[in-house]
Amino acid sequence: MKIRVMLEKVMNVILCLSGVTAIAAVFVISLYMLINGVPAIQKVGLVPFLFGQTWRSTGSNPEYGILPFLLTSVYGTFGACLVGVPIGLMTSVFLAKIANSKIAGVVTGAVELLAGIPSVVYGLIGMLVLVPNIRTIFHLKTGTTLFSAIIVLTIMILPSIINVSVTALKAVPKEYEEASYALGATKIETIFKVSIPAAKSGIAAGIVLGIGRAVGEAMAVMMVAGNVANMPSFFKSVTFLTTAIAKEMAYAPNGSLQKQALYSIALVLFIFIMVINMVLNILLKGRKEK
Amino acid sequence: MKKYLSCILFVCIAVLMLNACSNDTGVSPGASSEQEGLSGKISTSGSTSMEKVVASLIEAFTKKNPSLKMSFDATGSGAGITAALEGVADIGLSSRNLKEGEEAAKATVVALDGIAVIVNNENQVRNLTVEQLGKIFSGKITNWNEVGGKDELIQIVGREAGSGTREGFESILDVMDVCVYDQEHTSTGAVITAIAANSNAIGYASIASVSSKISTLSVGGVECTEATILDGTYQIQRPFLMVTAADKEIDDKVKAFMEFALSKEAEDIIRKAGAVQVKGK
Amino acid sequence: MNESLSPKRKVYGVLLQGFIFLCTGITVALLVGLLGYIFYQGLGHISWKLLSTARSALEDTIGILPNIIYTLYIIFTTLLIAIPIGVGAAIYLNEYVVNKRFVQIIEFAAETLSGIPSIIFGLVGYMFFCQKLKLGSSILAGSLTLSIMILPTIIRTTQETLKTVPNTYREGSFALGATKWYMIRTILIPSSLDGILSGAILSIGRIVGESAALIFTAGTGYVLVKNYFEALQTSGGSLSVALYVYVYEHGEFGVGFAIASILMLIVFTVNVATKAVKKKI
Repeated sequence: MKIRVMLEKVMNVILCLSGVTAIAAVFVISLYMLINGVPAIQKVGLVPFLFGQTWRSTGSNPEYGILPFLLTSVYGTFGACLVGVPIGLMTSVFLAKIANSKIAGVVTGAVELLAGIPSVVYGLIGMLVLVPNIRTIFHLKTGTTLFSAIIVLTIMILPSIINVSVTALKAVPKEYEEASYALGATKIETIFKVSIPAAKSGIAAGIVLGIGRAVGEAMAVMMVAGNVANMPSFFKSVTFLTTAIAKEMAYAPNGSLQKQALYSIALVLFIFIMVINMVLNILLKGRKEK
Repeated sequence: MKKYLSCILFVCIAVLMLNACSNDTGVSPGASSEQEGLSGKISTSGSTSMEKVVASLIEAFTKKNPSLKMSFDATGSGAGITAALEGVADIGLSSRNLKEGEEAAKATVVALDGIAVIVNNENQVRNLTVEQLGKIFSGKITNWNEVGGKDELIQIVGREAGSGTREGFESILDVMDVCVYDQEHTSTGAVITAIAANSNAIGYASIASVSSKISTLSVGGVECTEATILDGTYQIQRPFLMVTAADKEIDDKVKAFMEFALSKEAEDIIRKAGAVQVKGK
Repeated sequence: MNESLSPKRKVYGVLLQGFIFLCTGITVALLVGLLGYIFYQGLGHISWKLLSTARSALEDTIGILPNIIYTLYIIFTTLLIAIPIGVGAAIYLNEYVVNKRFVQIIEFAAETLSGIPSIIFGLVGYMFFCQKLKLGSSILAGSLTLSIMILPTIIRTTQETLKTVPNTYREGSFALGATKWYMIRTILIPSSLDGILSGAILSIGRIVGESAALIFTAGTGYVLVKNYFEALQTSGGSLSVALYVYVYEHGEFGVGFAIASILMLIVFTVNVATKAVKKKI
């Protein structure tokens, strides 16, 4: 019997440790980000780093201002959401409320497949198809622009938004919709005035997922955005926070200010995402309590 | 039933994986049947432009010495030199000359590489002078019709700031720090793909990576060939270096590999990989 | 019913319906276009040679057999690490609610992990597993990094499955005199196997598509190794990583699309498997 009791206690501890692993992982990641990211910010100065408009990490007079990257990431994510949320939401409405189950099944399967396309493939197709066409359609010097990146990001976040919104819409209690019909509303009116508001928190969760993916995307964007450290402008080559890191990480000498600055960018990215997650989570939990 | 099926599947996969997949990459049956030759590990890292050359040399050398393990990490010329100096890698590979501050390193030239100037296959321009190239890359010439081509803005595609290829190109053309790029990529393949997809693009890449997807220009009337690289008439070239720490004793097996790379045997291998072996250095 | 609607409502209804169909049409067109393009470009390059040999720099051929094997090894190792930890954590969260605050912290941590971009996992994984724990660029380091990435998914899906196990099972077991761990081991885990399995399959999709994190931690190796245990210490590129390398470093986008097509087929199979398992629950 004593062995049994011992075993129980041991298992209790082991299982507890498993749970603690998640906390430990977040802790370690945050710690490393801070330790490696702070030195460069100290050397360059917080304000020149965050608000400096020139990034020139090699060359005779290196400057380390990341405002171009910061703004590009913000505009890019915002742009992707602006286009992606309506398209995604409307598609999920179609899948959840309008399509018959066969069509819905096939399209949902295809959307899941889209979610599985690796980002490098998006980058490749973007480079071969999107970039040259944007160059010719808009008569630009180069097709690698913020605009191209927004298009790619939009396509990439569609599956996240669609998958979660469909689940949320399907979970709306039938009584809500039936009550709406009983009051004389049409199907479309019911969808827009009853179902979507009722599924708000689920849809918001999908959007948060999409934003997370957009902000964190590096591979796909690297091929279509041009990677030149310009201040963001719709039809110019731009660099995001993520691509700034990816671009120079392999080449920066260990211990150099350049490499430390890259870790600082990672720190900024990390904080940026934490803040977005927290803000959106609070907004979500706020809605849930209503 | 499904549970049994998934169990069986799992076991099958496990057995498949844990077993030896002992096919080597085409070891010819006539190779040394005894385990003679060197053994141990040699680690190398450095320039991405040198990848094909190094991979070929490693493959050939490990065929002769099956117990030897060699690895190559494409981290970039700068990182390669640092790795050699810090002892993280046995040999660092650099596609540019050593800079000041890197005196603790000893460089051995293993080959010369030409940096090809590449344009889209649709571009009719076939030749540019060094001067014209310098003006194009620094933004002074902006339209193809200024150099004999169509009326189209010139799109400049290049490598990222730490690249050995970029440094070699910019320093020879004397446009360091003043190049204005439209696209910057972290690898040769990306540069080639970008130029293949855009009719107005111009860029540079190691001659070893050039393929039929893009076209090369002659520089000042000189085509980039083995002969013109060797006699120096093709100006845009840089050395492929094997870098070691000058004050450390070089291990026997590392020495053997470096001798192999400089030997007559390696001449064809290097040529096939697109570079030009330098003899007697 | 339409006759009794005001013109304003009619227009509103038609416009919105049109908008819905437009958006859905865009999504479907994108789907068909993307998938079609991938297969169109890629299927032509898939050959038995590609699938069954390794890359040879000397002979200038490309083969992805090592990458396929490395992908399998990575999937196996990652699941081996992540499933016990993830299931353990979920069980703890669900069954051993001692301190509510503690539970909230763990759940918050898991949610935070799922939002962190893969490039940061790659950086930290490199610093912690490759440098600090001295694992170097290896499959083991890559799997450890990936297991942290998929931990939230495993925890979440297992938690949801555990919640669907009726309390009567637990109470019945206790009534018969079982201790907590015994109950978990004999009742809870067996009834949750399907849910755990679906979480695992879901994670396989993520593992297969991951490239940024793996490049930094597991490297880009392409050499066949003798067995699993040797592979754990070697730098090895998964299929996604190989795609990146062949396209971006070598400019071989034909091979890239071929690998993409294969990856699509894998993702498709994984999705179908998930649905099949879900149906069984």
